[in-house]
Amino acid sequence: MNALIIIRTAISSLGANKLRAGLTLLGIVIGVAAVITLMSIGRGVQATITERIQALGTNLLFVRPGETSSRGVGGGQGSASSLTIEDAYALSESEFTPSISAVAPELGTSAQVVAGRKNTFANITGITPEYEEVRNAPVEFGRFISQGDVDRNATVAVLGYQVAQDLYGFRSPIGQPIRISGRQFEVIGVLEEQGGSSFFSFDDRIMVPITAAYYRLASSRTTQGGISVQTINVKTQGVQVMDSALAEVATILRLRHRITGEDDFTVTSQQETIEALEEATNAFVFFLGAIAGISLLVGGIGIMNIMLVSVTERTREIGIRKAMGAKRRDILLQFVSEATLLSLGGGGVGLFLGWVLSNMLNDRAIIGTSPTQTAFSFDIALLALVVSAAIGLFFGIYPAMRAASLHPIEAFRHE
Amino acid sequence: MIELQDVTKIYRMGSLDVAALGGVSLTIREGEMAAIMGRSGSGKSTLMNLIGCLDAPTSGRYLLDGEDVGRFGEDRLAAVRNQKVGFVFQTYNLLPRLTALANVELPLLYGNAKDRGRRCLEALRRVGLGDRVNHRPQELSGGEQQRVGIARALVKEPSILLADEPTGNLDSRSSEEIMGILQQLNRDEGITVIIVTHEPEIAGHTGRIVSIRDGLIVDDQTVAEPRQAAVQGMEGAGRGS
Repeated sequence: MNALIIIRTAISSLGANKLRAGLTLLGIVIGVAAVITLMSIGRGVQATITERIQALGTNLLFVRPGETSSRGVGGGQGSASSLTIEDAYALSESEFTPSISAVAPELGTSAQVVAGRKNTFANITGITPEYEEVRNAPVEFGRFISQGDVDRNATVAVLGYQVAQDLYGFRSPIGQPIRISGRQFEVIGVLEEQGGSSFFSFDDRIMVPITAAYYRLASSRTTQGGISVQTINVKTQGVQVMDSALAEVATILRLRHRITGEDDFTVTSQQETIEALEEATNAFVFFLGAIAGISLLVGGIGIMNIMLVSVTERTREIGIRKAMGAKRRDILLQFVSEATLLSLGGGGVGLFLGWVLSNMLNDRAIIGTSPTQTAFSFDIALLALVVSAAIGLFFGIYPAMRAASLHPIEAFRHE
Repeated sequence: MIELQDVTKIYRMGSLDVAALGGVSLTIREGEMAAIMGRSGSGKSTLMNLIGCLDAPTSGRYLLDGEDVGRFGEDRLAAVRNQKVGFVFQTYNLLPRLTALANVELPLLYGNAKDRGRRCLEALRRVGLGDRVNHRPQELSGGEQQRVGIARALVKEPSILLADEPTGNLDSRSSEEIMGILQQLNRDEGITVIIVTHEPEIAGHTGRIVSIRDGLIVDDQTVAEPRQAAVQGMEGAGRGS
């Protein structure tokens, strides 16, 4: 029996019961469309996140304090307060750090913010002027925090775009008073809108001089004196000197902290952050696909169910075909091809539906408020088709084996 | 040439062994037309299943054209059925959703046959249904359906035609037509025709009547002058019913 005849026979058999075939097909259509749509969304979100982090620059290093340890119980990375603003200055001023172009320490906290009758809770970041260049946070109105502000512990603040909108609407906030954690500050600037997820955006932040953040707002202070910081952002001369920059930072800090054993700080690169995030978002995409895969599985069980019914109903036909000389393999192939045709047909329609759906969802806000590009791609389509064909084979083989193993005489006796 | 040598067939029904055939020896020469007679439960259907290679004997030997097909496995038996045996059934056993032509094509699908369309048309013409090729079984009369069945049995040009109560569901006129066709196939083309029946009148159309009872052959006699079917030839069959 050649392939053409097998396919022709399968189509004619399925055509004999169109409603049943259509409903079985629908199970696969929904499954495949769900897989394609959800994976397109997942891929889109993944691409957006990676893109936004990469926009910050890939030549950044982040220095954070190591973890505290109390009787062997770790307090988590960054829990120690071993890094100070002096460390940051040492890194930027040392002549032994040729790979480093700029250093920007930061100290974050969150606080109640009041402006006029408006009142909100915001992330406060204590910074130095270098932050503008290192983390690429340009000012839209007014000015950024200056070295003078830092030296004087000045109570001045630069607002993220969203915070400015929330508190002042369309009025200019420049020169306006703002109360942060009960202390009066003056707004001197507003940052450019960044958009994107809140994860890496400055839109919902308020920036103040790091000295003001430490002496006026921070809840805890170190006993050794000096301003302790949470992160030192290090901008290197370029991506190609990341390794030497990392070594320079480590050398300087080990000397300053008189470390002989384990470091009391960690250095991560922007690239590592991207990789870690990509790993996380991969899991997210896989998870979405797996959820949709469950509906595909249910569709496959539907195929198996209907094929089992079909084998029982067509016992006599199987007997006739065997009497006419059909071998076990012929009957097996006939039923397997029917199941595969069902699932592949469903896969094809589902593929089209998934493509239409992911195009419809493109540039719409799916997660959060910012629009997300969905990334329908060839490999997802191929995956969906291969998986649906495999489902047809997998769930079709058992009913087909039952059909093939029917003895011709038994099959004839069946009414 | 069909040679059964002390063939038995035992079916297992639950914990009971039932002997459907208890030692049958029978030889049917090529080109013979014979009837196997017996009441229901006599073992005649079992005998036909064995001769038709639908089943293998429990013991004994079955030589078909010198080949010991009794030892063949299921798939080799299928190949033998496809090449050597044509089946005609009491209930026609046509596939209802296929046209007459597609039904006749069925045996050709399982043997890499070339020129299928022409051979099917030819077979349908031989039974006088050249103008009914695209009709489905339910659009045909009983006699016509049985003729499609015969065309299907003929299409692979088998050496043996096995007919199990071929006229059991037909009126007497259609029965005569069918018997006429079977007689003509035997006479003009030399096909071995074996008819299983319980009607003496049908058996009388053949040259030899083998009677079977309780799984044993009790009588085997030659018919001196077989009754000739009233409606002769396939041209006549074409205008029937």
